[in-house]
Amino acid sequence: MPSIAPLDSAETEFGHVEWAGFINDVPIFASVEGQCHLLLDRHVVVPVHIGLLAAEPAFDCRSLITSGEDGKVCRLTSDGVVEVLSEQKGWWIDKIACGPSGVIGYGTGKKGVVRLGDGTKKPFTCERSIEGLAFAPKGMRLAIARYNGVDLNWFNTGNAPQFLEWKGAHNDVIFSPDGKYVVSSMQQNALHGWRLQDSKHMRMTGYPAKVKSLSFSAKGKWLASSGAPAAIVWPFSGKDGPMGKSPKELGGMGGGLMVTHVVCHPEEEVVAIGYSDGMVMAVRIEDGKEAILKRAGKGAISSLGWDKSGTRIAYGSQAGEAGIIDLKG
Amino acid sequence: MSEAIDNGDVVKQIPVTVLTGYLGAGKTTLLNRILTEDHGRKYAVIVNEFGEIGIDNDLIVETDEEIYEMNNGCICCTVRGDLIRVVQNLMKRPGRFDAMIVETTGLADPAPVAQTFFMDDDVRAKSRLDSVVALADAKHLLLRLKDSPEAEDQIAFADVVLLNKTDLVDAEELAHVEAVIRQINPAARVFKTSRANVDLKEILEQGKFDLARTIENDPHFLDMDDSHECGPDCDRDHHHHEGHAHDHGHQHTDECAPDCGHENKHDHSGHKGLDAKVHDTTIGTVSLSGGEMNSELFFPWIQKITQMDGPDILRLKGIIAFSDDPDRYVVQGIHMIIEGDHQRPWKEDEKRQSRLVFIGRNLDREKLERTFAACTAK
Repeated sequence: MPSIAPLDSAETEFGHVEWAGFINDVPIFASVEGQCHLLLDRHVVVPVHIGLLAAEPAFDCRSLITSGEDGKVCRLTSDGVVEVLSEQKGWWIDKIACGPSGVIGYGTGKKGVVRLGDGTKKPFTCERSIEGLAFAPKGMRLAIARYNGVDLNWFNTGNAPQFLEWKGAHNDVIFSPDGKYVVSSMQQNALHGWRLQDSKHMRMTGYPAKVKSLSFSAKGKWLASSGAPAAIVWPFSGKDGPMGKSPKELGGMGGGLMVTHVVCHPEEEVVAIGYSDGMVMAVRIEDGKEAILKRAGKGAISSLGWDKSGTRIAYGSQAGEAGIIDLKG
Repeated sequence: MSEAIDNGDVVKQIPVTVLTGYLGAGKTTLLNRILTEDHGRKYAVIVNEFGEIGIDNDLIVETDEEIYEMNNGCICCTVRGDLIRVVQNLMKRPGRFDAMIVETTGLADPAPVAQTFFMDDDVRAKSRLDSVVALADAKHLLLRLKDSPEAEDQIAFADVVLLNKTDLVDAEELAHVEAVIRQINPAARVFKTSRANVDLKEILEQGKFDLARTIENDPHFLDMDDSHECGPDCDRDHHHHEGHAHDHGHQHTDECAPDCGHENKHDHSGHKGLDAKVHDTTIGTVSLSGGEMNSELFFPWIQKITQMDGPDILRLKGIIAFSDDPDRYVVQGIHMIIEGDHQRPWKEDEKRQSRLVFIGRNLDREKLERTFAACTAK
């Protein structure tokens, strides 16, 4: 049986947990209040922002990049050291992305910045508000989700940007691990994908709610998503991606329970699923075998993160519940 | 504050006031008052033009206005994408403010702003539209109305109109401008102010979009007694005349709006010499009244009307008496969005009447009257 070590208590108020996971095997919980909680040999609280809006692990997973209402972009290391990478007063930076070679992208409204590994900043302006950012796993390419499509910009060369058009509001974007596909989540409760080779469209619809969490399985064979009473997992293994195939619906609990967060295991084809009542489950994608890891708690699960070995999961909820599930018990 | 049930937990819905009005109408003055006066309430303010407010406050958020069409470019299905994002971010830290204010630019169409609070599930779960307040400049409103449909939309859409800068016009001009406002929107409450000096309690957190509450606080809302030839709207100002007891047999003199009556009966000559049509507005009002309605006919009817004519219907508000329902039923809408709710049981001495007001463009009065009448319970 897995064991659970809750971290929240009457003494430790978390607020909405924006990000929960592991950096260098240290559990870190980023609260929207602006503090990051690190579980070193003791519980350390590091003030990072006045109001934290986004957090993403660096591409090498050796630090956590955060942004906030204070206009700052910061790097937090696993020993609790904070470095301010950028400060732009008046910017509510609610979108960040991390790419290869230490590149970081962030933005607010129509204004964005790509910060290269050496600290050089390349500002850019988007035609419409930046809703989501993602770097390609290889090469110097940034995808920007916005109204009516996704922009693909080369930020280190003069190559012309590419526009992947699809009508509607795109809220977030993700690359497949092999870089062959780009998938956006839409305001209209759907996913939309493009095969980059030929810009072929992939429509993934039928969600009752907005998809706010997307995660590719380790080798990119599956794309798991929230926004439904079950985790909706699309096959990406064939040459046409999910086209003409139906997705797997995993971990459906019924009773109005919705999946609010998904994250795939670092090696195996297993997805951790967080629910609107605070429950957490792990499901094997191939056969749908389920294991309940944590029962209902306070608030909807807002973030989940596996450790490197895939034996522990850090969880956080919208109501400030936080802790660690150890699968080995 | 109203509450919504979300996954078994009681979630507070933060009230949102939308502030519209043309450049120079006094929005910034009003916002500065809201942010600096000692009223014991904390407001998060979402603005499109940060520069104008000379106050440093962590809770002022600047966004780029982003209109997102949800479906085929229909005005009825537009939302403000930037608001969805900012409201969600603000609501992750709900403890630090009591209410929200959304300031729109002078040229903004208020519909997408209001619709955002109905069409986005996440926004709707955490916040609720409290009221739409329009500021109008007494000196320049008539010019604005001539050259921009947005100015007219803003008045038509409002629950509350602040007729500001009254010190810049004489009494006659003021009466004329007020009459024009009432012609465009007979259902709004109008305050005459200079330097936006209205009692903030009168405009903020009023629950104007909570129609059931509005009606409870305003017994004459949409009143249309038989002996009362004025339209549903003419008494919109009465209740804040202290101690005014509404008498349905009263003689309307200067308090009526020029259009408050049903066109066919009302004699406008009593209105201080104002013309029946005081301004060449493109927005009109159709007030309907009837007896008890058949719910099986009424709901399909209002669905159909709003689906077909939604783009032209800016707002609709009404109280319906259903023959098989002991409760007063309140209904309201924006374009194609319709919301209805039970308010309270009809009182014994209350006449069970149905009343409905449409504010919009190209409204077909004959069709609306005929089809509404067809929903009457036999």
